Amino acid sequence: MRRRDFVGGAGVSAAALLLAAEVAGQKKYDDGASDTEIKIGHTGPYSGPASSLGIIGKCIEAYWKSVNEAGGINGRKIRFISLDDGYSPAKTVELVRQLVEQERVFCLFDTLGTPSNTAIHKYLNQKKVPQLYVASAASKWGKPKEFPWTMGFQPDYHTEGAIYARHILANVEEPRIAVLMQNDDYGKDYWEGFRQGLGANAAGKVVKHVTYEVADPTVDSQMIQLAASGANVFFNVTTPKAAAQAIRKAADLGWKPAHYLNIVSASVGTVMKPAGLENGQGTITAQYLKDPTDPQWADDPEMKAWRAWMSRWMPGAVQADANYVFAYAVTSVMHETLKKCGDELTRENLMRQAASHQRLHVPLLLPGITVNTSPTDFYPVQSMRLARFKGESWYLFGDIVSAEG
Amino acid sequence: MASTSKKWVLGIVVLAFVVPLLKPIFPDAISDYRLFLVSTMIIASIAVLGLNLLTGFNGQFSLGHGAFYAVGAYTAAVLMDQLSVPYWATIPAAAIVCFIVGYLFGLPALKLEGHYLALATFALALAVPQILKYKWLEGLTGGVQGIVLNKPEVPFGLPLSEDQWLYYFCLVVMVILFWAAANMLNSRSGRAMMAIRDQYMAADTMGIDTALYKTVTFGISAAYTGIAGALSASAIAFVAPDSFNIFLSIKFLIGLVVGGIGSLTGSVIGGIFYVLVDNSAQALSQFVKNDLGLPFDLSAYTVFGVLLIAIIYLMPMGIAGGLFMAWRKIRGAR
Repeated sequence: MRRRDFVGGAGVSAAALLLAAEVAGQKKYDDGASDTEIKIGHTGPYSGPASSLGIIGKCIEAYWKSVNEAGGINGRKIRFISLDDGYSPAKTVELVRQLVEQERVFCLFDTLGTPSNTAIHKYLNQKKVPQLYVASAASKWGKPKEFPWTMGFQPDYHTEGAIYARHILANVEEPRIAVLMQNDDYGKDYWEGFRQGLGANAAGKVVKHVTYEVADPTVDSQMIQLAASGANVFFNVTTPKAAAQAIRKAADLGWKPAHYLNIVSASVGTVMKPAGLENGQGTITAQYLKDPTDPQWADDPEMKAWRAWMSRWMPGAVQADANYVFAYAVTSVMHETLKKCGDELTRENLMRQAASHQRLHVPLLLPGITVNTSPTDFYPVQSMRLARFKGESWYLFGDIVSAEG
Repeated sequence: MASTSKKWVLGIVVLAFVVPLLKPIFPDAISDYRLFLVSTMIIASIAVLGLNLLTGFNGQFSLGHGAFYAVGAYTAAVLMDQLSVPYWATIPAAAIVCFIVGYLFGLPALKLEGHYLALATFALALAVPQILKYKWLEGLTGGVQGIVLNKPEVPFGLPLSEDQWLYYFCLVVMVILFWAAANMLNSRSGRAMMAIRDQYMAADTMGIDTALYKTVTFGISAAYTGIAGALSASAIAFVAPDSFNIFLSIKFLIGLVVGGIGSLTGSVIGGIFYVLVDNSAQALSQFVKNDLGLPFDLSAYTVFGVLLIAIIYLMPMGIAGGLFMAWRKIRGAR
C-alpha cells in the first residue's frame, strides 16, 4: 500500500513539475542537461605521440572548476568528462560513442586533432550532437550546410593563407612568389586559401611551388630551387623543424625575399632560435592570441588576470606555453555560449546560440579581434594581425586583417 | 574432459547469439554502445589470436602485428572507397593480402631469431603508418586524413540496429576463425608448428620442413590479424595512419601475455581484457578524481600499469592459465 502511495505521489508531483515547466514555458532540456548540471564531453591526447597537447584538456578542466566554484552557469554546475584517446582516431570513435550513448553528454567541446575530429564528424552529425569549437585549424569544420552540428574556433589555415596573399599584393611591388609547402592536407589547405587570396589575376605571380614530405630529413634541395627561381617573396608553409631549416638555408644562400611564415611555426623557442635569431629578422607571421612571452602584454589587464588565474587553478604550469592561452580563450567562448542558452538547454538551441555571436569579446584575443558567427558562418575567429620578427620576439604591426564574411 | 569443454564453448556461443536479441526487453543493459564495445572486443580477440598463432604456437616473436592490422584495415577501406566493394567481401580480400605480406615478411624473418625478429617486426610497425602517408599511395590511402567510410547497413530488412548487425557479423567471423584455428592446431600441421616452437632441431631432424612451416605460419598469423583490421575498418567507419601507431602492436602483445600465450581461450580473454581495462582504467581515474574528489590525478595509464603488474604477478601464465590452475586446485582439493 505504502509503496503505491509513494509511486502515486511521485507521479503526481512529477506531473506538477512538468506542468510548472510548461507554464513557465522556459526550461527545456536535452540529454546531459538538467536543473543542476550540464554534462560536456571532450577527448584529447593525454598519452601517445601528441601528448604535449594534453595540457589543453587539463586547462579546460581547471576552467570549468573555477566556473563551478563561482556558482556555475545560470545556477548549473558543469560536469566536464575528458577522456584520453592517445591521438588514435579509432579510439576517439569508441570514446565519443561512450560519451554520447552511455554518459549522455549534452555536447562535445574542443575535441582535439584533425584526424580524430574527422573520425567522429559524421557520427555526431547523424546523432545531432553538437561538436563545438573543435581544436583543429582545418577548414572543413565550418560547413553548416553539410554538417550543421560542427563548428571550429581558431582562424583556419585557409583564412590565414588568404590573409598573407592580400598583404603581399598590397605591399610588395611586382611580387614573384616562391612557395614551400608540406605535402599533406594541412599544406594544401594553406595553398588553396593563398591562391584564393591572390585571385585569378595574380595566380601567375607564383613563380615556383615546391613541396616536401613531413618525414624528409632536410629541405635544403627545395630551398636551393626556390632561391634560384629569383623570387622576391617566400611563403613558408612548414612545420617547426622544416621551418627552422628553411630560414637558416635561405640565409646561407644569401636569399633575402619578403618572408611569410605560417602560424604553425611561429614559436620563438622551437623555430626562431634554432634557425638563428639573426637569420629570421624581418620575417612576417599572423597572430590572433596574445603571446604569453610577448613583453608588450606584460602589463595588460587581461594577461595579468589570466596569470593570476593560472597560478591559482593550474599551479606549476609553464605559463609561457601558448596552448594554455588557447584553452582559456576557447573555453570562455563556450562559457558565453552556454550562458546565452539560458534555461533552454537543448542541442538545437546550443547550436543556434553558437551561430549567433556578434562582436563577442573574448579574453586573450588580440585587441580588436572578436568572435563573429551566423547561421551561414561557422568560422568564429577569422581575423588576425600580422607581426614582424625583430630582435627576439614578434612585434604586431598594421591593422587587423580579416577574411570575415 | 574434451566433450565438457566443447559443451561450454557451444553454450557460450549460443549465449552470444541469443543475448543481443533481448535488446528490446532490456534496452539499457544491452545498448547499441555496449554491443559496439563487445564488437571491438571480438575484433581485438581475433587480432590477438593471430599473434598467438605466431608467438604462442610457433614460438616466433612479433612486436609489429599492428602493421598487419593496418594493412588489413586499409585493404578493406580502399576496396570499399575506390571500388565500392561490399564490406563482407573485403574480409577474404584482406586475409589474402595480409597472408601474402606476412608470408613475404616471413622469408627474411627466417634468418632472424628471438630478439632480432622482434626488433625487425617492431621496425615494420613503425614504418607502416609512414608508408600509408607516402605521396604515391596518397591517392588510394587518403594520406594523413585517412578515408571516411560508411557503416555496414543491415541487410534483408532485418529488424536489427546497425550495431546489432555489426556484432553478429563480427561474431560469425570470429567463430569461423577460432574453429579453423582449433582444427588446424589439432592437425598434423598444428603439431608441427608446436614442435618447432618446443624443439626446433628435433623438429627439423624428424623431417618437418621448418622453413616452410615458419613462413606459412607467419602468413596465417598476419591474415588473422589483417581480418581483424578489416573488421575494425567497418566498425569504426574510418581509417587513418594515426590509428595504427606503435601502441597498437604493444596492446596486442599485452592482450596476448595477459590472456595466455599458447591458448585459444587466452586470446579471447586477452581481447576482452585490453578493451575493457583500457576503458575502465579511464573510468576509474575519472571516478577517483571527480566522484570521490580525491586529490590524486592518476592518469589512466597509471591505473592500467598497476593492474597489469598485479595480473602478471598473480597469474604469470596469463588469465587463462591462472583460471586453469585455480580450477585444478579446486578439483585436486576435492
